[in-house]
Amino acid sequence: MELKTKVNAENGKQDLFITREFDLPLELLFKAFTEPELVAQVMGTKVLKYESKKHGSYQFETADANGKVVLQAHGVIHEFSPNRKIVKTFEMETASFGVQLEMYEFEKMTDDTSKLNMHIIYESGALRDQVLKLPFAYGLNMAHNRLQDIMNKLK
Amino acid sequence: MNLRRDVFQAIADPTRRAILVLVALQAMTAGAIASNFGTARPTVSKHLQILTECELLRQEQNGREIYYQLNPQKMKEIADFIEPFRKMWDDRFNTLEAIMKNYKSK
Repeated sequence: MELKTKVNAENGKQDLFITREFDLPLELLFKAFTEPELVAQVMGTKVLKYESKKHGSYQFETADANGKVVLQAHGVIHEFSPNRKIVKTFEMETASFGVQLEMYEFEKMTDDTSKLNMHIIYESGALRDQVLKLPFAYGLNMAHNRLQDIMNKLK
Repeated sequence: MNLRRDVFQAIADPTRRAILVLVALQAMTAGAIASNFGTARPTVSKHLQILTECELLRQEQNGREIYYQLNPQKMKEIADFIEPFRKMWDDRFNTLEAIMKNYKSK
């Protein structure tokens, strides 16, 4: 089966491409990027501010189960063309990955399907690779923690 | 299992990459590996230690000798390191699709 979401990150480059085909009409796909409450649901974060317009800005904040803030991110919107294109920056205050430039291009495929092409540019190739490795490292850690849990129970 | 060592740091070193290529062909002793490099034996030992800690190499006792061999499973993990990142976005987009389908039917 072909993957619905594809990531293309060429070796030694400082950018990457993500493409995804949606079983949604173009207008509905784009809407998910315009309403703060929808963005909050998709990203699994609290949205403090989200101005979906040119020169607008946004702010996210995610807290853990105990209410401790674990992630703070923000950015500005450079271009906002309905059903066509969004250009914005993204920066995490809680991590040192620098700022990234994100370009989202929306494409109609059929009346009921659409496609999103994302192009993300990082400050350097090394920073891009760090971001790419983050979920990998997290996965390794999770596996390690699970192992630890199992071992603790055996004690 | 020592996870303090970053497997990507391990393969960032050219000597360590050369060691992996060597043992990919056949299991070798530390001495045999070291003879391929102009560096001091303790330097090669240190490299072997790091590669073993990262589980890229496995040690196998054969009589009095310890042979180093490649751990293909770990190598595969590195090749697939982008997969968790892809999975993260895939999950996020699956959520988006589900939310918007629900939104439509409201």
